[in-house]
Parts: sequence; structure tokens; C-alpha cells
Amino acid sequence: MSGPFLSSSGAPPPEPAIRIREFNLWYGTFQALFDINLEIKNGLITSLIGPSGCGKSTLLRSVDRINERLGYVRIRGSIEVFGQEIHAPQVEPAQLRKQVGMVFQRPNPLPISIRDNVLFGYRIHHEKGGRLARSEADGIVEEALRQVLLWDQVKDRLDHKATDGLSLEAMQKLCIARLLPVKPSILLMDEPCSALDPRGTAAVEELIWELRDRYSILIVTHNMAQARRASDECVFMLMGRVVEHAPTDQLFVTPAHRETADYIEGRFG
Amino acid sequence: MFEATSVNHHNDRVQKQVKILFGIMLALLIIPMVVIVATLLIKGSPIVNLSFIFEDPKDGMTAGGIFPALLGTIWLVAVSLLASVPLGVAAAIYLSEYAPDNLLTRLIHLATINLAGVPSIVHALFGVGAFVVFFRFGTSILAASLTLAIMTLPVVIVSSWEALQSVPRSFREACWNMGATRWQTIWHVVLPNAITGILTGVILQVSRAAGETAPIMFTGAAMFLPFLPNSVFDQTMALALHLFVVATQVPNVPESLPFGVALVLVGIVLLMNSVAIWIRLRLRRKKKW
Ligand SMILES: Nc1ncnc2c1ncn2[C@@H]1O[C@H](COP(=O)(O)OP(=O)(O)OP(=O)(O)O)[C@@H](O)[C@H]1O
Ligand SMILES: [Mg+2]
Repeated sequence: MSGPFLSSSGAPPPEPAIRIREFNLWYGTFQALFDINLEIKNGLITSLIGPSGCGKSTLLRSVDRINERLGYVRIRGSIEVFGQEIHAPQVEPAQLRKQVGMVFQRPNPLPISIRDNVLFGYRIHHEKGGRLARSEADGIVEEALRQVLLWDQVKDRLDHKATDGLSLEAMQKLCIARLLPVKPSILLMDEPCSALDPRGTAAVEELIWELRDRYSILIVTHNMAQARRASDECVFMLMGRVVEHAPTDQLFVTPAHRETADYIEGRFG
Repeated sequence: MFEATSVNHHNDRVQKQVKILFGIMLALLIIPMVVIVATLLIKGSPIVNLSFIFEDPKDGMTAGGIFPALLGTIWLVAVSLLASVPLGVAAAIYLSEYAPDNLLTRLIHLATINLAGVPSIVHALFGVGAFVVFFRFGTSILAASLTLAIMTLPVVIVSSWEALQSVPRSFREACWNMGATRWQTIWHVVLPNAITGILTGVILQVSRAAGETAPIMFTGAAMFLPFLPNSVFDQTMALALHLFVVATQVPNVPESLPFGVALVLVGIVLLMNSVAIWIRLRLRRKKKW
């Protein structure tokens, strides 16, 4: 779990997965994010911590532009995903969301079969009336479920409804699995373990760690131990601002700001 | 220890009184229904048989069957559904899934609910003005059905809207975040999960449309016609109006005849409502989120 700053022998620094500059967001007249500047590095796990209401979810939801569905949201500033400004006029939100997958706090599988859950995103992006060949679909389903360590558990009931009979942990893994067939490069996770019991949390954390090499992961968590255990870098937010962004070890051992220290020691939040 | 105090006794007494009160209210509600259905059965059932259902009225509607009226009611209800269901469901989808949540949307929602309470005679007059006269459909199945459609539309919209709203938001969010468009989300996830609720609402309106007299009386239903309708531009007989006619307008009708007609009408309505209840029960058993 070494830090990110291992600049490999003079090569140009890799492009950040997400670069946020001077980003502000208002819900109606209420300003939720203030002048966010942040670079989320490619291929790492970055955790986003901060007290309730500080804007973590809002920031996450800005990266796949899902906030704009609300209709009363205004933004100013820039967010780039792999160097591409996501608010540029030619950007198609559906394509952005293919690249940037989102996992929610409460596992929300769709009320269709496990198999169709995994294929849902793929179908939306690939099928134009034409049907996916059975063998191709089977391959996609198996690969995605194997990646999330769920294959062995559900391979005999792929046609069962995903909303009954699965543990919360399995549902959450399924929600991760259904993102993978469209080959995203960034996974956003909003407190993905907070609805799970300790065992489920450990299992999902392990999975997230497994996915680390293939995806850039930005994960919101309230669990300090989890942030510390399972992330390369850590971002601390407070009242809509980024206070500190540092390698996880550094942020937890020698925080540069007073507020960070107070928060990670549990003095507020 | 643990003996009842006077407070407990008082609470018990109130509890009993409330129970009795609600029991009486329930009885007041149920007894008239039981009496009505029983009367219909006793007085109507002797005359209701296959030939009653499949024969034409005879001897100035004092004898014979009700086939033209039954067929007419089916025509009227079917055509009105063809108009009100697509329109109502589309409006509900727009209100629930597309319209921004602002004052205008809420006003429209409120107005729709209130429209559902407008007396049917008002719809009837609207139907005469709009369909019979303005659109020149004349008194016809089309005009009468559209009038029924206008009458049932608000409830179709509101009940469909509620069915759509009862689909958890988290499903929509999951879809949107995978890059699904609003329409893909509606088509693949929202509608399949709302369809049973929408159907229930629609069926309840079927029974309402079948039973109303006022909206069709001036727009397309005739008291007696010697022929069956050939197209939607013909007039037709209808059960509800036929009942009104044989019960009040025609002399020397045997007593059992109107009861027979009423029995068939109530039977249709009960049948439709039981279908709705059955769908709802199935829905509840299937839904587990
Ligand atoms: N849809 C919304 N409409 C209006 N205000 C909102 C909306 N969502 C969030 N807010 C407000 O924006 C601020 C940030 O909310 P956000 O959900 O991003 O916080 P959070 O850090 O994720 O909190 P938590 O840890 O409780 O999930 C809060 O004050 C919240 O009340
Ligand atoms: Mg949150």
C-alpha cells in the first residue's frame, strides 16, 4: 500500500483520472461545494472522508453529472476525466457514465434476474434492437461475477431475481459487477459498506482492493479504519471544501491541518 | 404487583367503546350493499339466463334479452379505453418522470385530482359541446366513448402516477448512473414495476365507465335501436341507459326485467373489480423491496 508518489524513473507523471478545478455547486441557492481543487490519481484507491453533510456525495455525484437530473443544481468550474472536460458541449452524459461507474450506499440491484442485472448496462450501451448472442452474454456475466468474487455463490441461480434471496453483501457485489461489462475506468463508491455487517464489510473491502489495479477508485467512507486500511490516498472535506489531500499514511499520521487531526481523532463529525 | 389501576380501567372502557362504534359504522356500510345485491339476486336471477343475455329486446322492450345493450356497453368501454389509457398513462409518465418538480407540476397534479371529482353530467355537457357538435361526430359511439374517456382520464392519470411513484427511486438512480436515458429507464425498469398498479387503476375505471348513464345519454347511447352498431359513428344501446329506460320509461315491464338488467350490470362491475383485486394481490405477493 505504498503512496502514489513513486515517480517511475523520470517518466512524465501519469494523467490524473479525475482533475477538478475551482468547482462550485449550488442546490438552488444553497452552496454545497466551494472552490474544489482535486486530482484523483489513476489506478489508485482514494478515499473521501469528512463529517456528514460536508458534500462528499455531492462531489461524487458531480463526477458522473448525475446531479443535473435534479434540475435545480447550478455549477461553476471544471471537472476533467482523463483530460476531457466533462461539461464540454459535445460530451454525452451516457458515455461519461459508461466510463465512470457509481456504487451506492444501499445496494440497489434492479428487480430483474441476476443475469439481467449484470447485462443491463451492457445492453443499454450495445444493443440497438439487435439481441446479444447467448454465448456472448454468458461470457460477460461470468467474467463480471468472477471479478467481484460472486460467481461461485450465484452461478446456479443466475435466473433468480436479484432483489430476493441475496445477502446485502452479495447484492453490493452484484451492483459492482453490473458496472464492469461496459469497461469503466473509474469507480465511484458512496459508502459502499455502510449497510453491511462487519463480515460483509471485510469481504467488500477485500474486493475493492482486488479491483485496485484495473480501476481508479474514489470511495466515500465514514469509517476511519476502512479509509486507513484500504486506500492509497485520502481526501478530507469539511463544509463543502477540501481541507487536505495526502497519501493515506501521511494524512493519518501527520495531518497538516488542525481540522483533519480533530476529525480523524473523532473529536467531531 | 401489576394490578390494573383506574387509568387502565378507563383505557379499557374507551377501547371497547371505540371498537363498538367502528363496528356499527362498518355494519352501516355493509348492510345496504348486502341488501342491494341480495335483492338483485332474488328478483333478477330468475330471468337471467343465456337467452336473456344473447337475445334482442322484444315487445317494446317489455320482454326478450339485452344483447344490443350489452354489446353497446362493451363497445363504449373498449373505445373509451383506447383513448384514455394511452393518453392517461403517457400523461402520468410525463408528470412522474419528466416534469420538473415545480409549482406548475404540482398545480397540474392537484387539478387532475380535482377533475376526478367533477360530476359526470358536467362531462356529459362537455362531450355534447366538444365531440357531438364541435368535432361533428354526431351522437355516436365515438362521441360517447370520448366523453367517457374524458371522465375517466383524471383517475387513470392519478392512479398511474401513483403506481409510477411507488417504484423506488433507487432503481432509477441505478439506471441513470449506468448511462441509461430516461426513456430506457422508464421502459426497462419503471413501467414493468408499475404496470400492475396502472392496470388496477384502469380496471376500476372500466367498471365506472360501464355504469355511468349521464355521459352517454346525450352523446351516443340510444334508448332503443333496431340494429346493432356497425362502426363507431353509429349510435348504440347501453346497459346503464337500458336499465334506466326499462325501469322508468316503458310501461308494463315485468318487475323482473329491470332487476335482471341491473344484475348483469352489477355482475360486470363486480367481475372487473375482482380482477383488479386479484391483480393487486398478486402484485403484493410478488413485490419484495
Ligand atoms: N438533493 C439535494 N437538494 C438540496 N440539498 C442537498 C441535496 N443533496 C444534498 N444536499 C445538501 O448538500 C450538503 C451536502 O450533502 P451531501 O449529501 O453531499 O453530504 P455528505 O458529505 O455526503 O453527507 P453524508 O456523510 O451524510 O452522506 C448537505 O448540506 C445537504 O443537505
Ligand atoms: Mg453522502
